[in-house]
Amino acid sequence: MATRRSYSRVQENVGDSLLSLLAAGALAFLYIPVVVLIIFSFNDNRSLTLPLRGFTWKWYEAFLNNSDMLQAIANSLYVAAMATAITLVIGTAAAFALDRYAFPGKTVFRRLILLPIALPGIITGISMLNMFKLMGINLSLETVILGHATGLVSIVVTQVYARLQRFNRRIEEASSDLGARPWQTFFYVTLPNIRSAMIGSALLSFTVSFDEIPVTFFLTGRDNTLPMYIYSTLRRGITPEINAVGTVIVVLSLGLIFLSVYLLHKSDKE
Amino acid sequence: MKEATRQKLTTYSVVSGPFLWTIIFLFIPYMVMFTYSFYLKKFPTFVPAFEFVNYITIVTDPQYFQVLFRTAKIAIIVALSSLLIAYPLSYVLVFKIQSKQLRTALYMAVIVPLWVSYLLRAYTWKTILGSEGVLNSFLVWSGFLDAPTDIFLYNQFSMVVTLTYIFVPFMVMPIYMALEKIPRSMIEASKDLGVGPIRTFLNVTLPLSMPGVIAGATFTICLTFGDFVAAFLVGGPNGAMIATIIQSQFGAALNWPLGAALSIVMLVIVLTIISLSDRLERAGRIDLD
Repeated sequence: MATRRSYSRVQENVGDSLLSLLAAGALAFLYIPVVVLIIFSFNDNRSLTLPLRGFTWKWYEAFLNNSDMLQAIANSLYVAAMATAITLVIGTAAAFALDRYAFPGKTVFRRLILLPIALPGIITGISMLNMFKLMGINLSLETVILGHATGLVSIVVTQVYARLQRFNRRIEEASSDLGARPWQTFFYVTLPNIRSAMIGSALLSFTVSFDEIPVTFFLTGRDNTLPMYIYSTLRRGITPEINAVGTVIVVLSLGLIFLSVYLLHKSDKE
Repeated sequence: MKEATRQKLTTYSVVSGPFLWTIIFLFIPYMVMFTYSFYLKKFPTFVPAFEFVNYITIVTDPQYFQVLFRTAKIAIIVALSSLLIAYPLSYVLVFKIQSKQLRTALYMAVIVPLWVSYLLRAYTWKTILGSEGVLNSFLVWSGFLDAPTDIFLYNQFSMVVTLTYIFVPFMVMPIYMALEKIPRSMIEASKDLGVGPIRTFLNVTLPLSMPGVIAGATFTICLTFGDFVAAFLVGGPNGAMIATIIQSQFGAALNWPLGAALSIVMLVIVLTIISLSDRLERAGRIDLD
């Protein structure tokens, strides 16, 4: 019996180390490409080959002097800001509609509004392209904004709805019993309770919109967003300049996402 | 104002915005796309019609069937390789890491890349796998190879590596959640009954985590079906995916009706996979209460 137990202990130890090795390998697989991107953005060599040649800022200078790229960044910021604002208003209202109102077609409404999260972005992009074409609307950054807002609204709906579900409605009743008007209850009681969920999902929407390709590809006119600009320069081959702007994007997105995950997590605990 | 009227008015003002939004930007576009799929191509655009020509082309022209088949094959391989990477990782996170803070931090480290630029994550693999890329120059530099090889990039291998890399977090998320839900007491009970760790895993842990595996496989397969960016960056001449073909119908090939029909086919495939997995998950669910 004793030998059998020690045998199984050995088996477990071997299994444990093997598993930890696999897990470490998986984490390395996830992060090595990001590290490669960052390292080569500082490497003093036009081609992305080893061995490294030395440290340089010149790829960062190159992208800061590239007016097309700066214009694309400005366009992306505009699109992401507008799309986030719209999606936040529509998404929060939709979450309220789903949480506390009864109306005809509610099931269909829920399915439709959550559909873009399940469907590939290309479908959202193409179906909206078809509609704009039918209505004779020319493609522009504004059509991209509408596309992003539609694609992202499900992020806000799911997060805010989840928060509302856990929200104790008695607090609102108390507020109204104490004589607060409905709008006062909303702004002083309800809103502070869902605020972190709203900010968290807004940050997430902003990052996703800033990096979005599948919807943008079909809905953009002459103006390029940053990912579309990068996408089109990649046809001509890869340059360390892309690594430099990529590093900036990755670092900024990581910051925004950690912040949003932290806020959503906090809103889970509240 | 009467209370009832007021309530109706509030409901109306909250619901109407999002309701109209979904009608205008989701329902109508899907309907327009569906309508266009019956139209006929006529240079330079198309003419209204009610013909099944586009669908018949998709079914009869072997080119489309081949692409669909290839997409399905790559999607399944991507799902399997994501599973092989994600399962051990989630398992270690849930069962082997004792510190709750470390576990949450590592889980976040896995999930966060999911939101970071899709394009850039695919692009890095182009720089790694290319014949003038990081991997090749490393192999030549370290003496493993005499000259750079081009076997790493522009084929189905590079497609699978890139897509797996992009979608692994989607596999980790549901598996991690499923594993976390398993009561430790069940695993201890199995051990107390003298069952070894491997059999405990196969008979207790694995079946209880199946819903997570199914959800993860659904995510990765559906996402692969919709991808055209990875195919553009790292797929070779025979790396065209169904989304690539759809994309070209709205660009170079300029055949919107066929593109719309192919999109409808993709939509139906994706929705079928989702509802199948939903049913599978429900059938396989083991009640722990």
